[in-house]
Amino acid sequence: MSYSLTHLRELEAESIYVMREVAAQFQKPALLFSGGKDSIVMVYLARKAFWPAKFPFPLVHIDTGHNFEETMVYRDWLVKEMGANLIVGSVEESISKGTAVEEKGLNASRNALQTVTLLETLEKEKFDAAMGGARRDEEKARAKERFFSHRDEFGQWDPKNQRPELWNLFNGKKHIGEHFRVFPISNWTEMDVWQYIYQENIPLPKLYFSHQREVIVRDGALISTHPEWVKVRPNETPKTMTVRFRTCGDLPITGAVESDADTVEKIIYEVATTRVTERGSRADDKRSETSMEDRKKAGYF
Amino acid sequence: MEHLVQDGKFDHHGYLNMELLRFTTAGSVDDGKSTLIGRLLYDSKSIFQDQLEAIEKSSKSRGEDYVNLALLTDGLRSEREQGITIDVAYRYFSTPKRKFIIADTPGHIQYTRNMVTGASTANLAIILVDARHGVVEQTYRHSFIASLLQIPHIVICINKMDLVDYSKEKYDEVVEQFRHFASKLDVQDVRFIPISALLGDNVVDRSTKMPWYEGPTLMYTLETVHIGSDHNLIDTRFPVQHVIRPMSNEYHDYRGYAGRVAGGVLKPGDEVMHLPSGITTKIAAIKTIDGDLAEAYPPQSVTITLEDDVDISRGDMIVRENNVPKIGQDIDIMVCWMDDKNPLRLNGKYSIRHTTRDARCVIKEILYKVDVNTLHRIQDVDSLALNEIGRVKIRTTVPLFYDEYRRNRNTGSLIIIDEGSNTTVGAAMIIE
Repeated sequence: MSYSLTHLRELEAESIYVMREVAAQFQKPALLFSGGKDSIVMVYLARKAFWPAKFPFPLVHIDTGHNFEETMVYRDWLVKEMGANLIVGSVEESISKGTAVEEKGLNASRNALQTVTLLETLEKEKFDAAMGGARRDEEKARAKERFFSHRDEFGQWDPKNQRPELWNLFNGKKHIGEHFRVFPISNWTEMDVWQYIYQENIPLPKLYFSHQREVIVRDGALISTHPEWVKVRPNETPKTMTVRFRTCGDLPITGAVESDADTVEKIIYEVATTRVTERGSRADDKRSETSMEDRKKAGYF
Repeated sequence: MEHLVQDGKFDHHGYLNMELLRFTTAGSVDDGKSTLIGRLLYDSKSIFQDQLEAIEKSSKSRGEDYVNLALLTDGLRSEREQGITIDVAYRYFSTPKRKFIIADTPGHIQYTRNMVTGASTANLAIILVDARHGVVEQTYRHSFIASLLQIPHIVICINKMDLVDYSKEKYDEVVEQFRHFASKLDVQDVRFIPISALLGDNVVDRSTKMPWYEGPTLMYTLETVHIGSDHNLIDTRFPVQHVIRPMSNEYHDYRGYAGRVAGGVLKPGDEVMHLPSGITTKIAAIKTIDGDLAEAYPPQSVTITLEDDVDISRGDMIVRENNVPKIGQDIDIMVCWMDDKNPLRLNGKYSIRHTTRDARCVIKEILYKVDVNTLHRIQDVDSLALNEIGRVKIRTTVPLFYDEYRRNRNTGSLIIIDEGSNTTVGAAMIIE
């Protein structure tokens, strides 16, 4: 008998361990749920970690008001399936309250505004730990992120003042008003997430699979048209294409890719042979070479 | 990832059966560490098109006439400005045999704490030596840290062989120098590989320039080094992390003890003992949502149920009656100090975390500190500053259930936490 785990089982064990530490070390944790595949995998890991009990934290969805309909349908289904509590933080509300200001101009997006609503929601509900599905392989600035990421009372991340993280000993001690972001799937890659979805037979929103959609080409990305959020400009020609999405972000800034992949297996094949990183199709990351770092300092996921 | 695609099909079986190897690379600005990592990522086809384009663009704008693979691993802007790596960065790649996690750490003495952090979870350490300069002060430092943290496998890469005409004599000289020094260290498995990270010799592809070297390439070593024995499978240790009580009709009296196996193999029916109570009972089942398990071993996260009702909470430990850990409050440790604001002080009081147990401790005695460049012991000290390593006696407020770090990295390690700032200020390895 060989006592070795496959790498996916080892990653699963690590993530479950981290989630249980969160439940043990914090008063009021939450799981940030975006509707994307990474946060979906997190929900399934949470179920395993605490089964047969329900996981002891709510799902928090920061709703930009610009979501794909498929994301919302899936979210509501999953909440029911898990018997989970759902808390929604609304960017729309932050805008009408005046705490968030809608971006102006051609490439306006609500992505940056999520930060405001997220921090407001954490404060209002008095959450002291928010688990997110970010992975270190996604982006350079994230390669240095800790599992337990300390945020000051303004929700800010200070790259120079992170706690050393040794062995599996996570330190969630904090002062009143401070909180933590925790990233249980830090060590997973995009391929690991897909393989896990395949191995565990986890259902996904329809957006991830190949479908017909009316899109325009904007800044080199295929963007879904929408009567209010993505109005077709004079120089743009909408056309119906066979596409799927690699991430489930905000509709106006999430680029689709042309694809016939309509099953998880076909997607894995596509991911394995593609040569562009998944964030490459998100317009917000291309603004500057260090854009993720800038947003993280301000309290982004 | 392309390597997993054959005849238009993805090799699921292959991917689902890979092992995970965590390794650390320590090095300083000039020894080619970032280039080596870039080379591993590039030659194993782990770089995406847009990443490659981005570094080609950056290289050009910096006026460099070749694609600077080191840029792949330079992260935060402040580092990019200074041209150095200041924190632990994690990188990922895979080959058909294994998935790899690299803890990329800076090698300068002021970053000892980062090296220690990266080393704490590693199965293997790559230590780079510049063939032109041979074994230098930082080689001693890196090797000492690797041995202190008990990284099971050490690979000494003698880099920049292209700059010494691929000379066997130069290589032999470095190996000899290192062997002489390593006799003072507690290391089990050391290997040597002559490479050129810049040109790719013996990194992924075998060098044609060094026919005298008959050993494996670095990549082959990473893919095949035996890691199955890196965990302790002898001493049963199950620190209770969380108690699971569903409070539902279906599982009315269910009490599960969740945790990560820190040593040994657990099986249903095993006679076990609860610490601190000393009460013995049997493992009833190892539960998962996918069904009960026949056994559990490190580093699995499982939930166990017991045959008898015992009052168990987080921080307790399940062990075998005939193989108990040490239980005590007076503990001898090696500490790496990580706080840039305050030194570790004699008689200082701190919080500690050991397995899933929280406690406080007082520093009773500082026996000596180690000069990490020469391994000399310096006595008569009453504090340890940032990046200093020393042997210390502590007394804890409650008994800990521990093993020597050499025997078990999970039950032999603890962190020290400052009670004012709440930050992690020390990493400790239990000696006895």
